Amino acid sequence: MFRSHILVCGGTGCTSNNSIKIYEALVHRIYKEGLDKEVHVTQTGCFGLCALGPIMIVYPEGAFYSQVKVEDVDEIVDEHIIKGRIVTRLLYKETVDEGGNIKALNDTNFYKKQHRVALRNCGVINPEKIDEYIAYDGYEALGKVLTEMTPQQVIDEITRSGLRGRGGAGFPTGRKWQFAKNSKGDKKYVCCNADEGDPGAFMDRSILEGDPHAVIEAMAIAGYAIGADQGYVYVRAEYPIAVKRLSIAITQAREYGLLGKNIFGTGFNFDLDIRLGAGAFVCGEETALMTSIEGHRGEPRPRPPFPAVKGLFGKPTILNNVETYANIPQIILKGADWFSSMGTEKSRGTKVFALGGKIHNTGLVEIPMGTTMREIIYDIGGGCPNGKKFKAAQTGGPSGGCIPAHLIDTPIDYDNLIAIGSMMGSGGLIVMDEDNCMVDIAKFFLEFTVDESCGKCTPCRVGTKRLYEMLCKVTDGTATMEDLDKMEELCHYIKENSLCGLGQTAPNPVLSTLRYFRAEYEAHVRDKKCPAGVCKKLLRYEIVADKCKGCTLCARNCPVGAITGNVKEPHVIDPEKCIKCGVCMEKCRFGAIIKG
Amino acid sequence: MAKKLEVPYNGTKEQEEELRAAIGAIRTAHAGKGLTIAALQKGQEIFGYLPEKALQIISEALDVPLAEVYGVATFYAQFSLYPKGQYKIGVCLGTACYVKGSGDVYQKLCDELKIKGGECTDDLKFSLDATRCIGCCGLAPVMTVNDDVYGKVTPDEVPKILAKYRT
Repeated sequence: MFRSHILVCGGTGCTSNNSIKIYEALVHRIYKEGLDKEVHVTQTGCFGLCALGPIMIVYPEGAFYSQVKVEDVDEIVDEHIIKGRIVTRLLYKETVDEGGNIKALNDTNFYKKQHRVALRNCGVINPEKIDEYIAYDGYEALGKVLTEMTPQQVIDEITRSGLRGRGGAGFPTGRKWQFAKNSKGDKKYVCCNADEGDPGAFMDRSILEGDPHAVIEAMAIAGYAIGADQGYVYVRAEYPIAVKRLSIAITQAREYGLLGKNIFGTGFNFDLDIRLGAGAFVCGEETALMTSIEGHRGEPRPRPPFPAVKGLFGKPTILNNVETYANIPQIILKGADWFSSMGTEKSRGTKVFALGGKIHNTGLVEIPMGTTMREIIYDIGGGCPNGKKFKAAQTGGPSGGCIPAHLIDTPIDYDNLIAIGSMMGSGGLIVMDEDNCMVDIAKFFLEFTVDESCGKCTPCRVGTKRLYEMLCKVTDGTATMEDLDKMEELCHYIKENSLCGLGQTAPNPVLSTLRYFRAEYEAHVRDKKCPAGVCKKLLRYEIVADKCKGCTLCARNCPVGAITGNVKEPHVIDPEKCIKCGVCMEKCRFGAIIKG
Repeated sequence: MAKKLEVPYNGTKEQEEELRAAIGAIRTAHAGKGLTIAALQKGQEIFGYLPEKALQIISEALDVPLAEVYGVATFYAQFSLYPKGQYKIGVCLGTACYVKGSGDVYQKLCDELKIKGGECTDDLKFSLDATRCIGCCGLAPVMTVNDDVYGKVTPDEVPKILAKYRT
């Protein structure tokens, strides 16, 4: 038995911040002190609170150290591990109460409202050790399914739970499985979509990094339910840690007889293979993903036939997202009623969101469906930093839309988000404050879709490009009011005529910003002004004569010599020469330069 | 279009053999068909990019037409038919980084290196790419130089970071 356990986060966020070196230094030091029989150092998956990384937690005290540096390791070992004195300076301040005592992590604002189902093992177990997963009821659901349930009973249980696909579209998972089960075929496939392409969403990666066995177990359950013996996980090559841990997990599962032939002695065979994506957003679309697994250019194909009838290599196939799979073992073990008791009527269970952008607590949160945006942004996320005003939240990535401040009390579920012109998407939630220009954001997403459109169908290939050009006209100040109407018309045209989900949803960022922030568009068009001060072509820097002391600092720093004036007299900026770099405003000590 | 460098093929016989052996290993390790992408990934790992010779080897070893191998290689963002710099710089232009100003960092890098995204400096020292979300949004805005990650970067810090690799 160990007297103390140290858990160091090994997720991508913390790893990018040197957490591996911290882990190594800890192991080294503990070994040097001869404490390796008493103190156990483990690397876990993501804790979720990425903003405070690198993170480590020391049990039994539950001391939550944040923003740890390699140099802090000796102090932690000397003080905490050897002398038993907690290093208060490094504690996450939310975990310390007024009396200086440590609060449980689950009582902090960030974790209190969360309910972890898909993320339950992330930051808890060592993902590279199958025994730790098994100790947390791992593979029990697979055992139960294979020994006590028929394939139909499994599908009925999933259908009854009300689980809907977590990858974005929200199709009922049970129904999808039923279709594939009903399809006749000598060979069927189970696929996992881990090609997480939405910018700002990283929950699938965190699950694969923190709890890869949950996905493997769920895929085997799915294989049993539909009658498949082969599965593929399609994962982004940009996620090296996730790929590594998943490979380790598959090897361990094979060694334990949990993948391969005759699993649990029931005669059920199932094996998994990893396929690495090579960087194409469109491969998140199901038919494109399957074409890519087949080794081709990842272009979508028309549906029907649906993959459940004719999918990978022309065989019946189901494709689910990582987060969807992570829920499956829990539903089997705890029952459909338990799962459907969480969430709203049409959206059961929980959803993981990746909080990012202008928000205090960047990171990963899992909340019951029906939680309001306000609770997520203010109670859990801690609001916008630097006292800035919340302007909008963007969900659904390039397929989604912006939720303006006045709709912040909307309970989040699939249908509510669609109703207000956004969508769940995979769960990226980017917060924007008053300094962000909504036209610029729409343009940003369109630039993304133009780049990622595979080119197979014209409405998407040409339509998104034209739409992007129109947005450029708006941000350049050369658009007319008529262009705004034309833009809207083109948006609808692209939505209705594109072949796959990418094109059908690509205009959403434009439509939703036009709907809620039309005044901002009009300001660009009519007044030639960018209210947020982002669009460079519309910016003007001016010197307020009253405040200018004539110190010449701005004129000396201007790279193009656009500022003139005599010493100790107010200076002026020549708008013709000005390149709007903003150096003058940064340098001015008197706040005499304004932009607008 | 990105600036194209006419680089003579200087792959070695050893590299070519390594690729052939690697494709053989991929064929035994993975179930089923459709291994073009995996082979291209291996090729890029061995050569640093995908010279025509590598595409030919893959085409022959997998018995897939060269035109299709080329089609796949040009479809995915990960593959490059041109060499990358000794130091590959990536700036995340994912949403979280973008709203926190990674566009300015990217522009600063273009100015400092005098190249555009997707290009390589003439001395083959640096290449610059705008990347998709690399998933450490907590550190936004993020730039990477090979395997080094720099978080919360401001445009002012760019010259200092570059200087580290210039020597």
